[in-house]
Amino acid sequence: MLKYILKRIFLVFFVVIGVTIVTFSTMHFAPGDPAEIIAVARYGDDLTQEQIDWVRVTEGFDSPVYIQYLKWIEHVSRLDLGRSLVTSHDIFEEITIRLPATFKLAVSSLVISLCIAIPAGIISAVRKNTIIDHLCMSAALLGVSIPNFWLGLMLIWLFALTLHLFPSYGYGGCEHLVLPAITLGTSMAAVTTRLTRSSMLDVLNQEYIVTAKAKGLDEKTILLRHALKNAMLPVITFAGLQLGFLLGGAVIVETIFAWPGIGKLLVDSIYARDFAMVQGCVLFIAVLFAFTNLIVDITYAFLDPRIRYE
Amino acid sequence: MSLLKIQNLKVYFTARGKTVKANNGIDLEIRENEILGLIGETGCGKSILGRAIVGLLSDNVEIGGEIVYKSENILDLSENELRKIRGKDIGIILQNPSAALNPVLSVGNQISEIYRYHENMGKKEARIRTAEMLEMVGIDPKRMHEYPHQFSGGMKQRVMIAMGLALNPGLLIADEPTKGLDPTTKDKIVDLICELVINRNMSLLLITHDLGVAEKMCDRVAVMYAGEIIEIATIENILSNPQHPYTQDLLNSRPKKGLNPTAGESPSLSSPPAGCKFHPRCRCVIGECPKTHPQMIETEKGTSVRCFLYRDN
Repeated sequence: MLKYILKRIFLVFFVVIGVTIVTFSTMHFAPGDPAEIIAVARYGDDLTQEQIDWVRVTEGFDSPVYIQYLKWIEHVSRLDLGRSLVTSHDIFEEITIRLPATFKLAVSSLVISLCIAIPAGIISAVRKNTIIDHLCMSAALLGVSIPNFWLGLMLIWLFALTLHLFPSYGYGGCEHLVLPAITLGTSMAAVTTRLTRSSMLDVLNQEYIVTAKAKGLDEKTILLRHALKNAMLPVITFAGLQLGFLLGGAVIVETIFAWPGIGKLLVDSIYARDFAMVQGCVLFIAVLFAFTNLIVDITYAFLDPRIRYE
Repeated sequence: MSLLKIQNLKVYFTARGKTVKANNGIDLEIRENEILGLIGETGCGKSILGRAIVGLLSDNVEIGGEIVYKSENILDLSENELRKIRGKDIGIILQNPSAALNPVLSVGNQISEIYRYHENMGKKEARIRTAEMLEMVGIDPKRMHEYPHQFSGGMKQRVMIAMGLALNPGLLIADEPTKGLDPTTKDKIVDLICELVINRNMSLLLITHDLGVAEKMCDRVAVMYAGEIIEIATIENILSNPQHPYTQDLLNSRPKKGLNPTAGESPSLSSPPAGCKFHPRCRCVIGECPKTHPQMIETEKGTSVRCFLYRDN
């Protein structure tokens, strides 16, 4: 087990290195001269060649690419992602300020989604082709089809503007979390419900379920003990991916609800052409994603002995 | 004494508008302390019969007839009543232990849950009983914490046997227990099952397509073809004096008899041939075979055959 975890961590290390290379390259091989872009951000549109050259020398753009990369990596490893081109704030600090908001939203939407999806998926699988199943699947289809921004707006209209139950935007106490978390959670639940159902149906058709019946176990024991653990494997992988995406910022929902998360930071920096900030955000999100997957892999090993003893 | 009596059992599946007659009028009796073999080609309905006895067939199935176990018709029982019989009165070893064991539960857990569930035993006691069971089938009890993928095919089969015998059922159904095992392991598993079944005064319904295994283990043998029983006799009679042309072909198809397979394909169970279902492949067809469906005829005491050739005896 320990060996497996160490192996995974080792692999994540390489993924992170790959991520830094890709992020760095995108910045450097993107069209446009980075020195010029920085100069524009600093001095405005009326540039002289001297100003651009000055930026090139001070920012180290005149040295070979691999030297630039190594220098950048050295900074990154000290958690120094540089400064914003627009506000001159420390980028890492800016991101960590946003992190709690993103984290809160991500975790609560995931919890909502799993609380709906797993029971609904199991019930529809067990009562396959009954009214309950059809209801759950119709709801799931609806959930998949409704776009987030529309659902968010409808929730604002109903619960904030009409019923005055929750605030329509902003960050603060739990009441601020309700609408964005429901928006994200229900739409994620839709896909997870379908996945849980099909995974459960697949497991219920396995021979070992017949064995469990042949032992004379009751339906509850068969479902919870023999089927659920097997059926949860793909669901956990999927939920992990979803969490990764959420931690990377739910851009649309964060924008609708003016939620000060990483997604909103990223979008704002793109609009402001603050590409140092964009680079920092992308790197941070990618690393976060890699670590979420590491956690999924470890959870997986706890559930599935075949992986544990690999 | 009869332990289980099957009368006119019919198991029909309906899929895509076609009715598959997997078991079509099975009459079979399993006596106490008897090892009865059920042999036949793949797809003749023998596994279905095994599962029907413990009510393990899916919902889209139509069942008729009677399966009487200790004066109760199993087909009349509710799911709750069936549950109490499964494992406790009738154990079943499904084929292919690799698929029949749950990959995420330790083998010890998969055995001890039988005690915990049926006999409300505490964890400790159940674990002791599990260790005893494992020891009995020749597995080191220390391995009870291991998972199915850590066991070899033969060892998995031993786990299945331990599970089937855990509660000392009166009848054990073993579905192809030697399938996919190498000859040495096969022999060991055969010996193990025989020993346990005989020591515990149980009856065994052995489902197999392996005549060699049937020869070693069985007292009597029922030969199945296309959802029907076509011959029942003691193993000695089957081997020395097979009556039905299909049984004769089956014996001649053994490697030591020169591997002469029966010509033709096994019939489809959804549209079987009229008359005797074997007649398109039979060497001894007479005028009536394609028209009339033959009944079982007792040719001597304990031997019955479904064939017109023996009608006059």
